[in-house]
Amino acid sequence: MTAHPQAAARPPRRRSRRALAPLTVVSALVATAALTGCGQQRDDNVYTLLNSSTDESYHRWDGDTLARCSKQLGVTIEQQSVPAPQVMTKALRMASSKSLPDIVQFDGSEMPTFAETGGLMDLEKLGVSTEDIPQGIVDYGSYDGTYYGAARTVNTLALFYNKDILDKAGLEVPTTWDEMRETAKKLTQGSQYGIALSAGGAEDGVYQFTPFMWSNGGDETDLDSPEVVQALDYWKALIGDGSLSKSTVNWTQADVNDQFMAGNAAMMINGPWQVETLNTKKDLNWGIAQIPVPQKGDDSVGPLGGGMLTIPDIGDTEREKMSARIITCMTSEQEEITYALNSWMIPANQKAADTWRGKVPELSSLADQVATARSRTAKLGAGWSSVSLALQSAFQGALTGQESEAVLKKAQQRLESGN
Amino acid sequence: MSTTTAAARPVAPAPETTGRKISPASGKRRRAIAQWGFVAPAVIFMVLFFGYPLVRNIVMSFQDYSPSTFFTGEAPFNGFDNWKNVFQDDLFGKALWQTIVFTIGSLLGQFCIGLALAVFFNRHFPLGGLLRSLILLPWLVPMVVSGIVWRRILDQDTGVLNSFLGLFGLGDTPWLTSTSVALVAVVLVNIWIGIPFNMVILYGGLQEIPKELYEAASLDGASAWRTFRSITLPLLRPVITVVLVLGFMSTVKILDLILALTDGGPADSTQTLGTLTYQNSFVQLDFGAGAVVGNVLILISAVFAVFYLRANRNEGK
Repeated sequence: MTAHPQAAARPPRRRSRRALAPLTVVSALVATAALTGCGQQRDDNVYTLLNSSTDESYHRWDGDTLARCSKQLGVTIEQQSVPAPQVMTKALRMASSKSLPDIVQFDGSEMPTFAETGGLMDLEKLGVSTEDIPQGIVDYGSYDGTYYGAARTVNTLALFYNKDILDKAGLEVPTTWDEMRETAKKLTQGSQYGIALSAGGAEDGVYQFTPFMWSNGGDETDLDSPEVVQALDYWKALIGDGSLSKSTVNWTQADVNDQFMAGNAAMMINGPWQVETLNTKKDLNWGIAQIPVPQKGDDSVGPLGGGMLTIPDIGDTEREKMSARIITCMTSEQEEITYALNSWMIPANQKAADTWRGKVPELSSLADQVATARSRTAKLGAGWSSVSLALQSAFQGALTGQESEAVLKKAQQRLESGN
Repeated sequence: MSTTTAAARPVAPAPETTGRKISPASGKRRRAIAQWGFVAPAVIFMVLFFGYPLVRNIVMSFQDYSPSTFFTGEAPFNGFDNWKNVFQDDLFGKALWQTIVFTIGSLLGQFCIGLALAVFFNRHFPLGGLLRSLILLPWLVPMVVSGIVWRRILDQDTGVLNSFLGLFGLGDTPWLTSTSVALVAVVLVNIWIGIPFNMVILYGGLQEIPKELYEAASLDGASAWRTFRSITLPLLRPVITVVLVLGFMSTVKILDLILALTDGGPADSTQTLGTLTYQNSFVQLDFGAGAVVGNVLILISAVFAVFYLRANRNEGK
């Protein structure tokens, strides 16, 4: 308060004028700061990739890949990582301020929404080849017949089991629903549940429900069909037997992994991205198998997952062509194998996948599961998010006491009424 | 909360200008400019950061605002379509009801416990100051962190709370996994978070009450309850209004805590207007529908803001 003691001696008029100037400046500054557009000038030789690699290890692996590709192509590639649920909204905001990055890595279930706006470039036209990529994965990266997203690796769900617990109980790895129910029942003892899976109220839970729905012949376009009801009843039965914790409705897939690692569950449904964490517990002796099917001989159909590299429309063909070359480098056989070995996922390129299989034979059942896996958005495209929300609400209702048929009927009606 | 109080404060009066050489007319103009100069930063700030988003949100609720809008900048007006869709959805009614239960439950718990603690600490005893500052801790922990920690504590099988309750044979409470208990659990956690705020403000109010009144009451032989009812409560009333209104406005729009605790589940049983607008806008990317729910929230808050301002004005008289 006594910072300017001499000011008090001055005539009041001067003081008011002196106060006026800074105030005007402040007002002007506030106004200009708010009104200045965010349109940004792109640096000729610097390319940016927006991804969700916020984990230290993933950020480092991607950084290494980009460093190698930078060297090969003579450009600088920068990596900008935001949490996975924010990639979409971040990209949309960047689109409205005309500051889109050169490459965006979307989750497979999000790409159609972005493609539908017309904001993505046709990768094949820009020179990204689909040679040696299985048709299923090309479809996964396509929307309305156009190839927009190049996956480096893909993943799916599988059954993880604790070898020691199964051996001790003298039980085989289950392959059918009945066997899994029986095995899970026998393995439930004390604080240990037979099986853990995620029925959480987000995409995690829906992702986990799809292999049960699809292997039973159910379909996301017809939620109240008997096949989907049966699949949900199967989940209910696991809880009814006491082999699956009621907390499942509050678990993410990471929580499920924690339960498995802590020995609270003998088996779990989860994805290969958990292997990195699983392996930090040295004395955990785990195995991996295909998700059991309703009847012997049925195909085990899992969901196809994994990020895909896309090129948003920035209105500069030369830059977009270079981005395509960056993607080609990132999806080259060698880069895919390196990334797959690090992240425990499966290379998208068939040749790379074959090499990879030889290096990690213990994950080969995962590779089989990928071969039959299905994309969540193949049928519904951008409509998937509404189905996902309706389905979450439905299976959570059923698992907390309501009838499967009633909740699924309500979900289907809700979708048909357009809400 | 702080913005509300800051906005309610009157703007500093313009200083008097008493220049000798200035004619009365130009002096007047100069004074007017000076006055506007002082008001301008506040007005510009309000218009940019409150007015613009508010108007934008209202307009958006009448538009078909989809992901393509971000590219084309075009969002065709669709009349009341968004409003109709949102109001026809069962989930909206459910979320509205749950928001009301959540808000009233939280406020009641926070206020009663906060007031009891404030009265308790007003008695001054050894280590009272230390304990009082320790109780502030929940306030200092980020909401998301509290949410994640409580999610672990409340886990049905492995949570600390159920292990503890197990000692009394009550160890199987489905805190976050039952559609009928989850909302109660979320309210309890929010009460825990809100106690410090209530206690601090009410404690400040108690300090303002003249000690002589209590002395006079004790001379008259008034009981503790009588003293509380006839002296503490009436003199604390303005502070109580402030606490409740500010508490209301921060509780009704709850989002982060619920996302961290239950994600609105199980089966939408903890879905509130806050989570619904989030879900509409950022999961379904239907920004028009999100704006509708947002507007309903703003309207509810605005009604209570009017109560708040009126209560303040009555105090001034």
